[in-house]
Amino acid sequence: MSLNRIIGLFLRHFFLIKSSLPRILDLIYWPTIQIILWGFISKFFTIYSDYYNNTVGVILTCAILYDFLFRSSISFNMLFLEEIWSRNFTNLFIAPMRISEIITALVGTALIRTLIGLVPAILITSPLFGISILNLGIPLFFLFLSLYIFGITLGLFVSSGLLRYGPAFENIAWSSLFLLAPLGCIYYPIEILPDFFQNVAKGLPLVYIFEEARSILVNQVVNYSNIKNAFMLNGIYLLIGITLFYYSFSQARKKGSLINIGE
Amino acid sequence: MQKSVIVESLSKNYFKKEAVKQISFSIHENEILGLLGPNGCGKTTTIAMMLGLLKPTNGKVIIHGLDIEKNRISLLHKMNFISPYIELPKKLTVKENLIVYGKLYGVKFISDRIKYLSEKLRLEEFINKKTGELSSGQKNRVSLAKALINEPSILFLDEPTASLDPETGDFVRSFIEKISKEKKMSILLASHNMDEVKRLCKNVLMMNNGIIIDKGTPDHLIEKHGKKNLEEVFLKLNRNNNELE
Repeated sequence: MSLNRIIGLFLRHFFLIKSSLPRILDLIYWPTIQIILWGFISKFFTIYSDYYNNTVGVILTCAILYDFLFRSSISFNMLFLEEIWSRNFTNLFIAPMRISEIITALVGTALIRTLIGLVPAILITSPLFGISILNLGIPLFFLFLSLYIFGITLGLFVSSGLLRYGPAFENIAWSSLFLLAPLGCIYYPIEILPDFFQNVAKGLPLVYIFEEARSILVNQVVNYSNIKNAFMLNGIYLLIGITLFYYSFSQARKKGSLINIGE
Repeated sequence: MQKSVIVESLSKNYFKKEAVKQISFSIHENEILGLLGPNGCGKTTTIAMMLGLLKPTNGKVIIHGLDIEKNRISLLHKMNFISPYIELPKKLTVKENLIVYGKLYGVKFISDRIKYLSEKLRLEEFINKKTGELSSGQKNRVSLAKALINEPSILFLDEPTASLDPETGDFVRSFIEKISKEKKMSILLASHNMDEVKRLCKNVLMMNNGIIIDKGTPDHLIEKHGKKNLEEVFLKLNRNNNELE
């Protein structure tokens, strides 16, 4: 892998973001609105719900974690879509870039995009709602890492579709996470789901990540087996995502989608 | 003179449609080869296979003695491409775009290279402007700068002067002529401008319906078909071929 080429692709998106205030505001705007909305809902539940009455900010913390997942996945997809929208796709694929370098550059750039959006939103939770996500302690790092890996994996799945089917796949890029959200058990325990969906949900790392967050905040118990399960599932999905991306690239070369993808 | 590019029995099928049918040709070092043909005749498909963007159904593309299918990344370092159908990111300045592509192609002294290309292609006055704000003539020169950022030994030019005013068109043609001689490049030029092809190309391939229907020097083709110019040869060959089809 060439660091120079990875930096090159990173710079392409860095230059784009740094020169456009509307783009920066757009990155910050949605997470902030999301957090403020869930902040008020959370405050309401804290006062009126028995389940949450001793745990300030469970919902808000889960909302921040979910938004982190959402932003990292969307950021990855957006970087790919930017190339299609700007009709730069062919230029990128005739440059001597390996697929592994493209994935690495997008993973790094997506993290920066995600943090630009989420850090201001996290910072306002403390003065506005008296809640700090740092209450999760050291496991917070593992939860974020796990969510980030899953977000990137979803990004790889969607980008594989974009690579193979072109802009027609764009709508899936936007809706992919909404499809998984009900099964991710973000705001409720897995027991709420019907039996069949519980079995499906257990195959997703999200269930273990959010279960762990609630366990720490509600019961003050850190259960590392949840974190371990999440990482194991993440590893499997990431491997499938990378394989699918390589396969889609090979199929795109056969079917000619790399030539006319912007059309 | 040495052959830089050898195309052997190259074919591409999309489902049941044969876009390119068993074509063979070569490009020598320091040669500009013209590729002429009506829209949809298989020119872009051929160039895409030569660039490794498209996997051939059959046949081979050998560049500097190596098969593009097996050595795609290392060969792409020595090649580049310009087409009016692909663009550089519009929100980035000209300089930023050249920095990005300099990095992607592993150019060692990017600033020096950008300075050299800016002088040669007269980019200085708008180097810090956003690429999307430029006129089509300026954009064309920027695309040419991007295509030369890695000092390629093989260059693919797809209609490099399409939609340019006569003065800018002439500037680009003169530049291509000069740089190909200086750097001993091998260039494949796909164009609909017959005067351009006659001026720049040593040899010409005439393509229609995925096959090469004739080839030779522009003068030889004009004489062989008893026509006044290359455009008449082009029209005659395509009409004959379409009637046969």
